[in-house]
Amino acid sequence: MKYEKEIKTAFKVSIPVMMGYAVLGFAFGLLLVSFDYPWYLAPIMSLFIYAGALQFVAINFFNAKAGFVDIAIATWFINIRQSFYGLSLLKRFKKTGKLKPYLIFGLTDETYALLTTIKDDEQLKKRWYYFFLTAFNQSYWFVGCTLGAIIGSNIKFNTAGLEFSLTALFVVLCIEQYKNLQNAMPFIVGALASLFSLIFIPSDKMLIVSIVIALILMFTFRRKIEQ
Amino acid sequence: MSGIEIYIAIAIMAVVNFFTRVFPFLFFRKNELPSYVVFIEKFFPAVIMTILIVYSVKDVNFSLVPYGLKEIGGITFTAVLHIVFKNYLVSIFSGTIFYMALVQYL
Repeated sequence: MKYEKEIKTAFKVSIPVMMGYAVLGFAFGLLLVSFDYPWYLAPIMSLFIYAGALQFVAINFFNAKAGFVDIAIATWFINIRQSFYGLSLLKRFKKTGKLKPYLIFGLTDETYALLTTIKDDEQLKKRWYYFFLTAFNQSYWFVGCTLGAIIGSNIKFNTAGLEFSLTALFVVLCIEQYKNLQNAMPFIVGALASLFSLIFIPSDKMLIVSIVIALILMFTFRRKIEQ
Repeated sequence: MSGIEIYIAIAIMAVVNFFTRVFPFLFFRKNELPSYVVFIEKFFPAVIMTILIVYSVKDVNFSLVPYGLKEIGGITFTAVLHIVFKNYLVSIFSGTIFYMALVQYL
Protein backbone atom coordinates (compact mmCIF):
# COMPACT_ATOMS: atom_id res chain seq x y z
CA MET A 1 0.00 0.00 0.00
CA LYS A 2 1.19 3.47 -0.84
CA TYR A 3 2.04 5.54 2.26
CA GLU A 4 1.63 2.46 4.46
CA LYS A 5 4.36 3.61 6.84
CA GLU A 6 2.87 7.10 7.13
CA ILE A 7 -0.61 5.68 7.82
CA LYS A 8 0.68 3.24 10.45
CA THR A 9 2.72 5.85 12.28
CA ALA A 10 -0.12 8.40 12.16
CA PHE A 11 -2.58 5.84 13.52
CA LYS A 12 -0.31 4.80 16.37
CA VAL A 13 0.34 8.38 17.40
CA SER A 14 -3.37 9.27 17.22
CA ILE A 15 -4.69 6.55 19.56
CA PRO A 16 -4.84 8.74 22.70
CA VAL A 17 -6.78 11.34 20.71
CA MET A 18 -9.19 8.61 19.58
CA MET A 19 -10.21 7.97 23.18
CA GLY A 20 -10.74 11.63 23.92
CA TYR A 21 -12.52 12.59 20.71
CA ALA A 22 -14.81 9.55 20.66
CA VAL A 23 -16.01 10.13 24.22
CA LEU A 24 -16.30 13.91 24.00
CA GLY A 25 -17.86 13.71 20.52
CA PHE A 26 -20.37 11.17 21.81
CA ALA A 27 -21.26 13.52 24.66
CA PHE A 28 -21.71 16.35 22.14
CA GLY A 29 -24.04 14.26 19.97
CA LEU A 30 -26.12 13.19 22.97
CA LEU A 31 -26.35 16.75 24.24
CA LEU A 32 -27.34 18.14 20.82
CA VAL A 33 -30.29 15.76 20.36
CA SER A 34 -31.33 16.12 24.01
CA PHE A 35 -32.53 19.62 22.98
CA ASP A 36 -34.52 18.07 20.11
CA TYR A 37 -32.22 19.24 17.31
CA PRO A 38 -32.03 16.79 14.37
CA TRP A 39 -29.24 14.17 14.64
CA TYR A 40 -27.69 15.02 11.26
CA LEU A 41 -26.54 18.41 12.56
CA ALA A 42 -23.86 16.45 14.49
CA PRO A 43 -22.05 15.03 11.41
CA ILE A 44 -22.50 18.35 9.56
CA MET A 45 -20.94 20.31 12.43
CA SER A 46 -18.12 17.82 12.99
CA LEU A 47 -17.24 17.97 9.27
CA PHE A 48 -17.40 21.73 8.73
CA ILE A 49 -16.76 23.33 12.12
CA TYR A 50 -14.62 20.62 13.75
CA ALA A 51 -13.90 22.36 17.05
CA GLY A 52 -14.75 20.78 20.39
CA ALA A 53 -15.53 23.61 22.76
CA LEU A 54 -17.05 25.73 19.99
CA GLN A 55 -19.54 23.01 19.01
CA PHE A 56 -20.72 22.72 22.60
CA VAL A 57 -21.07 26.49 22.86
CA ALA A 58 -22.93 26.39 19.50
CA ILE A 59 -25.76 24.52 21.25
CA ASN A 60 -26.00 27.47 23.65
CA PHE A 61 -26.11 29.83 20.65
CA PHE A 62 -29.00 27.85 19.13
CA ASN A 63 -30.90 27.78 22.41
CA ALA A 64 -30.33 31.47 23.14
CA LYS A 65 -31.13 32.55 19.53
CA ALA A 66 -27.84 34.45 19.56
CA GLY A 67 -27.25 37.18 16.95
CA PHE A 68 -25.03 36.30 13.97
CA VAL A 69 -22.53 39.08 14.72
CA ASP A 70 -22.28 37.91 18.35
CA ILE A 71 -21.72 34.36 17.12
CA ALA A 72 -18.94 35.48 14.78
CA ILE A 73 -17.13 37.53 17.44
CA ALA A 74 -17.55 34.87 20.13
CA THR A 75 -16.31 32.17 17.75
CA TRP A 76 -13.27 34.23 16.96
CA PHE A 77 -12.38 34.73 20.61
CA ILE A 78 -13.20 31.21 21.72
CA ASN A 79 -10.69 29.84 19.23
CA ILE A 80 -8.28 32.77 19.01
CA ARG A 81 -5.63 30.63 20.67
CA GLN A 82 -5.59 28.56 17.48
CA SER A 83 -4.38 31.61 15.57
CA PHE A 84 -1.09 31.16 17.36
CA TYR A 85 -0.63 27.48 16.68
CA GLY A 86 0.10 28.21 13.04
CA LEU A 87 2.98 30.47 14.02
CA SER A 88 5.07 27.53 15.11
CA LEU A 89 4.05 25.54 12.02
CA LEU A 90 4.75 28.13 9.31
CA LYS A 91 8.00 26.44 8.29
CA ARG A 92 6.78 22.89 8.77
CA PHE A 93 3.74 23.41 6.52
CA LYS A 94 5.67 25.23 3.80
CA LYS A 95 6.21 22.19 1.61
CA THR A 96 2.83 20.54 2.05
CA GLY A 97 1.39 21.78 -1.25
CA LYS A 98 -2.23 20.96 -1.96
CA LEU A 99 -2.66 19.31 1.44
CA LYS A 100 -1.95 22.59 3.23
CA PRO A 101 -5.53 23.98 3.36
CA TYR A 102 -6.79 20.78 5.00
CA LEU A 103 -3.86 20.64 7.43
CA ILE A 104 -4.68 24.19 8.51
CA PHE A 105 -8.41 23.47 8.71
CA GLY A 106 -7.77 20.45 10.93
CA LEU A 107 -5.44 22.20 13.34
CA THR A 108 -7.22 21.45 16.62
CA ASP A 109 -5.54 21.63 20.03
CA GLU A 110 -4.79 17.91 20.04
CA THR A 111 -3.61 17.70 16.43
CA TYR A 112 -1.34 20.68 17.02
CA ALA A 113 0.02 19.05 20.17
CA LEU A 114 0.83 15.82 18.29
CA LEU A 115 2.30 17.58 15.25
CA THR A 116 4.63 19.67 17.37
CA THR A 117 5.53 17.06 19.97
CA ILE A 118 6.41 14.03 17.87
CA LYS A 119 10.05 14.00 16.89
CA ASP A 120 10.99 13.93 13.25
CA ASP A 121 11.41 10.61 11.50
CA GLU A 122 13.45 11.24 8.37
CA GLN A 123 12.03 8.22 6.54
CA LEU A 124 8.45 9.49 6.64
CA LYS A 125 6.95 11.56 3.87
CA LYS A 126 6.08 14.42 6.17
CA ARG A 127 3.17 15.95 4.36
CA TRP A 128 1.32 12.66 4.08
CA TYR A 129 2.07 11.76 7.65
CA TYR A 130 0.62 15.14 8.73
CA PHE A 131 -2.39 14.56 6.51
CA PHE A 132 -3.22 11.09 7.86
CA LEU A 133 -2.74 12.22 11.43
CA THR A 134 -5.11 15.16 10.90
CA ALA A 135 -7.65 12.99 9.06
CA PHE A 136 -7.56 10.19 11.67
CA ASN A 137 -8.26 12.71 14.41
CA GLN A 138 -11.15 14.29 12.54
CA SER A 139 -12.63 10.86 11.76
CA TYR A 140 -12.71 9.99 15.49
CA TRP A 141 -14.52 13.24 16.19
CA PHE A 142 -16.93 12.65 13.30
CA VAL A 143 -17.78 9.10 14.39
CA GLY A 144 -18.13 10.08 18.06
CA CYS A 145 -20.46 13.04 17.34
CA THR A 146 -22.59 11.09 14.85
CA LEU A 147 -22.97 7.98 17.02
CA GLY A 148 -23.83 10.09 20.06
CA ALA A 149 -26.54 11.92 18.11
CA ILE A 150 -28.04 8.79 16.50
CA ILE A 151 -28.03 6.72 19.69
CA GLY A 152 -29.25 9.69 21.70
CA SER A 153 -32.24 10.25 19.44
CA ASN A 154 -33.28 6.57 19.52
CA ILE A 155 -32.66 5.62 23.12
CA LYS A 156 -33.91 7.92 25.80
CA PHE A 157 -31.22 8.53 28.37
CA ASN A 158 -31.67 10.68 31.39
CA THR A 159 -29.19 13.26 30.15
CA ALA A 160 -29.84 15.80 32.90
CA GLY A 161 -26.48 17.26 33.84
CA LEU A 162 -24.67 15.98 30.74
CA GLU A 163 -23.93 19.54 29.67
CA PHE A 164 -21.47 19.64 32.56
CA SER A 165 -18.96 17.78 30.33
CA LEU A 166 -18.30 21.17 28.76
CA THR A 167 -17.64 22.83 32.11
CA ALA A 168 -15.38 19.92 33.07
CA LEU A 169 -13.47 20.31 29.79
CA PHE A 170 -12.84 24.00 30.51
CA VAL A 171 -11.78 23.26 34.09
CA VAL A 172 -9.22 20.75 32.83
CA LEU A 173 -7.91 23.11 30.13
CA CYS A 174 -7.70 25.88 32.71
CA ILE A 175 -5.51 23.76 34.99
CA GLU A 176 -3.28 22.84 32.05
CA GLN A 177 -2.97 26.54 31.20
CA TYR A 178 -1.92 27.29 34.76
CA LYS A 179 0.77 24.59 34.61
CA ASN A 180 2.24 26.30 31.54
CA LEU A 181 1.99 29.87 32.76
CA GLN A 182 2.59 29.70 36.54
CA ASN A 183 0.97 33.13 36.67
CA ALA A 184 -2.38 33.68 38.37
CA MET A 185 -3.13 37.12 36.89
CA PRO A 186 -4.88 35.99 33.66
CA PHE A 187 -7.15 33.69 35.68
CA ILE A 188 -8.02 36.47 38.13
CA VAL A 189 -8.79 38.82 35.22
CA GLY A 190 -10.95 36.17 33.52
CA ALA A 191 -12.79 35.39 36.74
CA LEU A 192 -13.43 39.09 37.58
CA ALA A 193 -14.61 39.91 34.04
CA SER A 194 -16.93 36.92 33.78
CA LEU A 195 -18.36 37.19 37.31
CA PHE A 196 -19.06 40.87 36.72
CA SER A 197 -20.97 40.15 33.52
CA LEU A 198 -22.69 37.12 35.07
CA ILE A 199 -24.21 39.45 37.67
CA PHE A 200 -24.84 42.62 35.64
CA ILE A 201 -25.21 41.64 31.96
CA PRO A 202 -28.08 39.70 30.31
CA SER A 203 -26.86 36.17 29.62
CA ASP A 204 -27.00 36.45 25.80
CA LYS A 205 -24.46 39.31 25.88
CA MET A 206 -22.36 37.88 28.66
CA LEU A 207 -19.62 36.22 26.61
CA ILE A 208 -18.83 39.29 24.51
CA VAL A 209 -18.89 41.68 27.46
CA SER A 210 -16.61 39.38 29.48
CA ILE A 211 -14.11 39.20 26.63
CA VAL A 212 -14.06 42.97 26.13
CA ILE A 213 -13.65 43.70 29.87
CA ALA A 214 -10.90 41.08 30.09
CA LEU A 215 -9.06 42.58 27.09
CA ILE A 216 -9.19 46.05 28.66
CA LEU A 217 -7.98 44.73 32.04
CA MET A 218 -5.22 42.65 30.45
CA PHE A 219 -3.79 45.59 28.52
CA THR A 220 -4.21 47.96 31.49
CA PHE A 221 -2.13 45.64 33.68
CA ARG A 222 0.10 44.35 30.93
CA ARG A 223 3.38 45.37 32.63
CA LYS A 224 2.40 43.71 35.90
CA ILE A 225 1.27 40.55 34.16
CA GLU A 226 4.42 40.22 32.10
CA GLN A 227 6.75 40.63 35.10
CA MET B 1 -33.33 29.11 16.42
CA SER B 2 -35.28 27.82 13.45
CA GLY B 3 -33.89 25.53 10.72
CA ILE B 4 -32.41 28.07 8.33
CA GLU B 5 -30.96 30.21 11.14
CA ILE B 6 -29.15 27.16 12.51
CA TYR B 7 -27.51 26.51 9.13
CA ILE B 8 -26.45 30.17 8.83
CA ALA B 9 -25.02 30.01 12.36
CA ILE B 10 -23.11 26.81 11.50
CA ALA B 11 -21.74 28.42 8.32
CA ILE B 12 -20.59 31.49 10.28
CA MET B 13 -18.88 29.34 12.90
CA ALA B 14 -17.23 27.19 10.23
CA VAL B 15 -15.85 30.22 8.35
CA VAL B 16 -14.70 32.14 11.44
CA ASN B 17 -13.21 29.01 12.99
CA PHE B 18 -11.22 28.33 9.81
CA PHE B 19 -10.17 31.97 9.80
CA THR B 20 -8.69 31.62 13.30
CA ARG B 21 -6.62 28.68 12.08
CA VAL B 22 -5.49 30.20 8.75
CA PHE B 23 -4.81 33.65 10.25
CA PRO B 24 -1.05 33.29 10.93
CA PHE B 25 -0.48 31.73 7.51
CA LEU B 26 -2.06 34.80 5.91
CA PHE B 27 -0.57 37.58 8.03
CA PHE B 28 2.68 36.41 9.58
CA ARG B 29 4.68 34.99 6.74
CA LYS B 30 7.94 36.44 8.03
CA ASN B 31 7.84 35.10 11.59
CA GLU B 32 8.02 38.61 13.01
CA LEU B 33 5.41 39.22 15.67
CA PRO B 34 4.38 42.53 17.22
CA SER B 35 4.79 42.39 21.01
CA TYR B 36 1.04 42.77 21.68
CA VAL B 37 0.40 39.65 19.61
CA VAL B 38 2.95 37.72 21.65
CA PHE B 39 1.26 39.01 24.80
CA ILE B 40 -2.21 37.86 23.69
CA GLU B 41 -0.83 34.55 22.47
CA LYS B 42 0.77 33.81 25.81
CA PHE B 43 -1.86 34.99 28.27
CA PHE B 44 -5.24 35.09 26.57
CA PRO B 45 -6.01 31.36 26.40
CA ALA B 46 -5.95 31.27 30.22
CA VAL B 47 -8.33 34.24 30.38
CA ILE B 48 -10.73 32.66 27.88
CA MET B 49 -10.77 29.27 29.63
CA THR B 50 -11.66 30.98 32.92
CA ILE B 51 -14.43 33.00 31.27
CA LEU B 52 -15.81 29.87 29.58
CA ILE B 53 -16.11 28.03 32.90
CA VAL B 54 -18.34 30.82 34.23
CA TYR B 55 -20.16 31.16 30.88
CA SER B 56 -21.01 27.46 30.85
CA VAL B 57 -22.87 27.78 34.19
CA LYS B 58 -24.52 31.11 33.35
CA ASP B 59 -28.05 29.69 33.39
CA VAL B 60 -27.75 28.45 36.96
CA ASN B 61 -29.68 30.59 39.41
CA PHE B 62 -27.23 31.28 42.23
CA SER B 63 -29.81 33.10 44.37
CA LEU B 64 -32.06 30.03 44.77
CA VAL B 65 -31.47 26.85 46.80
CA PRO B 66 -28.99 25.13 46.40
CA TYR B 67 -27.21 28.36 45.35
CA GLY B 68 -25.16 26.75 42.58
CA LEU B 69 -23.51 24.39 45.07
CA LYS B 70 -23.92 21.44 42.67
CA GLU B 71 -22.01 23.31 39.98
CA ILE B 72 -19.34 24.47 42.41
CA GLY B 73 -19.10 20.89 43.74
CA GLY B 74 -18.76 19.47 40.23
CA ILE B 75 -16.09 22.01 39.29
CA THR B 76 -14.12 21.35 42.49
CA PHE B 77 -14.40 17.57 42.05
CA THR B 78 -13.19 17.78 38.43
CA ALA B 79 -10.31 20.09 39.36
CA VAL B 80 -9.12 17.87 42.24
CA LEU B 81 -9.28 14.75 40.03
CA HIS B 82 -7.27 16.48 37.35
CA ILE B 83 -4.62 17.75 39.75
CA VAL B 84 -4.27 14.26 41.30
CA PHE B 85 -4.50 11.99 38.23
CA LYS B 86 -3.44 14.41 35.44
CA ASN B 87 -5.62 12.50 32.96
CA TYR B 88 -8.06 14.47 30.77
CA LEU B 89 -10.44 11.57 30.23
CA VAL B 90 -10.65 10.54 33.88
CA SER B 91 -11.25 14.14 34.97
CA ILE B 92 -13.89 15.06 32.37
CA PHE B 93 -15.71 11.73 32.47
CA SER B 94 -15.81 11.33 36.25
CA GLY B 95 -16.56 15.02 36.80
CA THR B 96 -19.57 14.82 34.49
CA ILE B 97 -20.87 11.58 36.04
CA PHE B 98 -20.46 13.11 39.51
CA TYR B 99 -22.45 16.20 38.48
CA MET B 100 -25.15 14.13 36.73
CA ALA B 101 -25.54 12.08 39.90
CA LEU B 102 -25.92 15.27 41.95
CA VAL B 103 -28.54 16.65 39.55
CA GLN B 104 -30.49 13.42 39.08
CA TYR B 105 -30.49 11.93 42.57
CA LEU B 106 -30.42 14.88 44.98
